[in-house]
Amino acid sequence: MHEHLPVLVIVVPLMTALLIPLLSRFGGVRTAWTLVAAALGFSTYASWALLARVGQEGFVRYAMGGWLAPTGIEYVVDPLNAMVLVMVSSVGVLATLWMARGLAVDLAPERRSGYLTVFLLFVTGLMGITITGDVFNLYVFLEISSITSYVLIGMGRRRQALYAGYSYLIVGSIGATFILLGIGYLYQATGTLAMADLAERLPELFHQRNVLTAFAFVTVGLAVKMALFPLHGWQPSAYSQAPAGASIFLAATATKVSAYTLYRFVYTIYGPRFLIDVLPTARDLILVSACAGIVFGPLLALRQSDLKRLLAYSSVGQIGTIVLGVVLLDPAGTAGGILHMWNHAAAKGALFCVAGALAARTGGTRVKDLAGLGRRAPWTGATVTIAGLSMIGVPLTAGFQSKWLLATGALEAGMPLVVPVLLLSSLFTVIYVWRIGMLVWFAPDDVEPKVTSEVPWSMRIPGLVLAGLCLVLGVTSWAGTWAQAAAEALLR
Amino acid sequence: MSHHTPSPILRYVARPTVPFIQLYALYVLGHGEDGPGGGFQGGVIFAASIVLLALTEGWPYGRGQLKRGFTDALMPFGCLVYSGVGALCLLGGGAFLGYEALTTSLDPHVRNHMHHYGLMAIEAGVMITVTSSMLTLFFEMSRPEPGDPWELDEEDEAGGQHG
Repeated sequence: MHEHLPVLVIVVPLMTALLIPLLSRFGGVRTAWTLVAAALGFSTYASWALLARVGQEGFVRYAMGGWLAPTGIEYVVDPLNAMVLVMVSSVGVLATLWMARGLAVDLAPERRSGYLTVFLLFVTGLMGITITGDVFNLYVFLEISSITSYVLIGMGRRRQALYAGYSYLIVGSIGATFILLGIGYLYQATGTLAMADLAERLPELFHQRNVLTAFAFVTVGLAVKMALFPLHGWQPSAYSQAPAGASIFLAATATKVSAYTLYRFVYTIYGPRFLIDVLPTARDLILVSACAGIVFGPLLALRQSDLKRLLAYSSVGQIGTIVLGVVLLDPAGTAGGILHMWNHAAAKGALFCVAGALAARTGGTRVKDLAGLGRRAPWTGATVTIAGLSMIGVPLTAGFQSKWLLATGALEAGMPLVVPVLLLSSLFTVIYVWRIGMLVWFAPDDVEPKVTSEVPWSMRIPGLVLAGLCLVLGVTSWAGTWAQAAAEALLR
Repeated sequence: MSHHTPSPILRYVARPTVPFIQLYALYVLGHGEDGPGGGFQGGVIFAASIVLLALTEGWPYGRGQLKRGFTDALMPFGCLVYSGVGALCLLGGGAFLGYEALTTSLDPHVRNHMHHYGLMAIEAGVMITVTSSMLTLFFEMSRPEPGDPWELDEEDEAGGQHG
């Protein structure tokens, strides 16, 4: 069965998601939750196994129906998407564990099994985007994940959730249309949709205008989907209105998968020479918007009074950091950007677990309600502190490693101005993490904590695991080695 | 029943065409069975026959043909047929959706036949999902409000909700 893992990692959760509406009539939410947990557990096992296999063989290919690419659809796993697969599925399992008790926080009982189905389809869509080696198949999975994410966001408890979901639907559909148009132009120019085939044929066609237009459409479309500054307008309300369990997964992985797609287009399909020789303007433009996001994201986060909104704005900055790896086009910089996907997924996932705990105990996510949390809920307090330090990039945490790699890469690529930008963003991050840390641990004694007790263990463990990961990835070089292998494979 | 009665001419002209439309839907599904495609179109045509019934006989009558609970179950079921055939191919030792693996025979003739059957099965799955999704879209968007010509009595409402 192991040779079929690349397809099973998608098909098992997909079929389970289809079974839930049929089976949850018997046993309701409990059945639905068990099925989701089992399917994502399997996908997580499969993606770790794929990562191990990629470590031995370099890459894994799987042809659908035995039709070889470019005739058929092929799934291709290389170090980069093996890393993203592991990230998506593992965070998916942790978010599911959180939901075991966390569904009750903000969902009415009759909506829960439908919500779990949509959640599982959302995870499947993101994994599909990651694993496929065919650009049109990528678009189909992009649509699956987009439509399900609109629904997930709209299921939030407050009425504004519907508006947040709807505005994301409009903006996201425009973004997805751009991507489809770009793919259409690529097909027009080359007559193929398989990524490997595109990569072979495109370099001869770089002078053609439709190839350049395709790049512009795809990049702008992906920038919308990943909330790259200044196209991030939909993202803060989407993250803050989504139900707590979904927002953990959404914030930790969704935009990163779009960033991964940008890596795929820039490095695998167009090739790194494209941005250097053919379209240096595009490189500068992406660099400027990434840097602007890195500075303005945390700056905008400073003035937020809602924890989830604050974290969402800080994500705008972090996605800029990841995109920086795309445009540096240098081994260290690319590795830094790739590593930052993992690091940020761990830190942001942990922080959203804390936001979920806050919602469970206070009914809202106001930052000031964190006051005195450390006294009553030390585990949750530790989670928010460690993850916050990793967001800053303090040495011995994961964030330090990726920012260090990025700074090295920027210097090697001859873009020294990126280094002060990274430092500035760390400075702004220090300010809001400091504010949260002071509230959590050093609130005045006369303040009565709003969070009076810990949340159940099943809701504490996901946050603790992710926060622990911030430390583990920070002191070991294991993830960095993988990121460097992925960067080498891309730049080859 | 409501105060708004459909024209008998409409009813007697539309009703007899329904089985032919449905037969045609199956023909579209089966035509060109050695290549993909046809399930979506067949599904839309099949759904159109029920829509025609609903337009001429009234919303409750149309919904009564395929109730909400039934179409709700059909939507994931069709997808499951599709992916289930793919998974069966895996169990047969082939690639996902590699239909030749559905038989143990080595005779190329039989294996080629298996390819046709596999394609037909997944297209049938597509048809089931498309039909039920189209009907759900139509019936939920045209669900009568109080005061509409097709006002629902309580029995219809219950049937519409729970099947």
